[in-house]
Amino acid sequence: MIRTVRDLLEDHRFFRGLDGERLDLLAGCGRLEVFRPQARLLREGQPADRFFLVRSGRVLVEIDLGPRGVVPVETVGAGDVLGWSWIVPPYRYRFDAVATALTRTITMDGACLRDKCEQDPALGYDLLRRFAGVLAHRLAATRMQLCDVYGYPLAGAPGTGP
Amino acid sequence: MGSEPATGHEPAPATGVGPGGGDGVGLTVPARYRVADARRETADVVTLRIEPDGEPVAPGTPGRFHMLWAPGVGEVPISLSDGPAPDGTQWHTIRAVGAVTRALCALGPGAPLGVRGPFGRGWDLDAVGGRDVVVVAGGIGLVPLRPAIRALARREGPGRVALLVGARSPDDLCFADDLEAWAGGGRCEVAVTVDRAPRGWTGDVGFVSNLIDRLPWVGEGTAALCCGPEPMMKVCARMLTDRGVPATAVQVSLERNMACGLAHCGRCQLGGRLLCRDGPVVTYAAVRADLEVPQR
Repeated sequence: MIRTVRDLLEDHRFFRGLDGERLDLLAGCGRLEVFRPQARLLREGQPADRFFLVRSGRVLVEIDLGPRGVVPVETVGAGDVLGWSWIVPPYRYRFDAVATALTRTITMDGACLRDKCEQDPALGYDLLRRFAGVLAHRLAATRMQLCDVYGYPLAGAPGTGP
Repeated sequence: MGSEPATGHEPAPATGVGPGGGDGVGLTVPARYRVADARRETADVVTLRIEPDGEPVAPGTPGRFHMLWAPGVGEVPISLSDGPAPDGTQWHTIRAVGAVTRALCALGPGAPLGVRGPFGRGWDLDAVGGRDVVVVAGGIGLVPLRPAIRALARREGPGRVALLVGARSPDDLCFADDLEAWAGGGRCEVAVTVDRAPRGWTGDVGFVSNLIDRLPWVGEGTAALCCGPEPMMKVCARMLTDRGVPATAVQVSLERNMACGLAHCGRCQLGGRLLCRDGPVVTYAAVRADLEVPQR
């Protein structure tokens, strides 16, 4: 059985609970894509015209520090969403993203989605809420990464010792 | 440095909660052991295979801990990373972070050391039963979980096992052979993520909690075992309970300053508990409120 973009949107956890009518609406902005390892999905500074619902595979988000090289920051995988710059001005990507495994996505057209959100503010609010949840989670996780929690064990802990 | 890997022995049968040995040996007085082998896991982590040089301590179970004594330096709480074998041989994996652990990590074959224990309560695998289970390990927290993961990987029945491992960097990952074997064994879904990755690393990057999101089956019927830095466990326990896992089904192994191991000195107090006796493994439900109390 051939599965449509709409079917796959319904399966993706990012859109869990979204009603059928809105899924129909969003499906018109989506297409299926496959990225081979090393394929670039996002480039910092480029217009943010799309975002990705990852169905399988793995994508590395990285920051280019110029002479200091490229720093891997985070990976996203099946069930994750990649790219939120399409939703807030100035609609430019803030990071690079590269596939590190064969990656299948539902790729959503940002301009198309913005139009639909303008026409249906309730849909816009729902989408913003979903993205805010993802951003809050990513921010909290990044803070934990910055804290280097594995680096300084408490003296006297079982398994570590003082 | 030795090269013989810890081999995943069936633990010898436990004989009770308290340590064995007469005249307080193994309980208040360290039992004599010798290092049979030392295996370097990472730059600052060593696994010691130790053998009794006389009467062994009572057999420990996964998640309980021993006080290891480096003669002339001091004593520290260290979990079992494997064993004990029927002859009393046991494995301890130690990270060199202070004077005593540095001394222990420097011990070579034949070196003497003292052992008290086992102390406390370990992983309650009976409570996990046949449920789906998520095991979350952060950093050196994989050590106390290792024997429990082995037991879960041997479990029969349909219950799923997912092992989520977070580490500082790829160089800080312990037990790479075990991770590979568990992943290849078909009974355990293994995912590893690191906070910092060098160029060329093709695995996951990011905090270990990100991996929980990728398990669609986590919910009301799931159990969880977590061990690692306390902030990591709090984040993961909250995420798991937000996904519907009962707080009573989330077990965490807590870090406190264990000293006597006998619930006398009080250094390991958390709320109304002394974790050397009532822990280190407790349910999140039992300690959630205490963990939310600011520690400064």
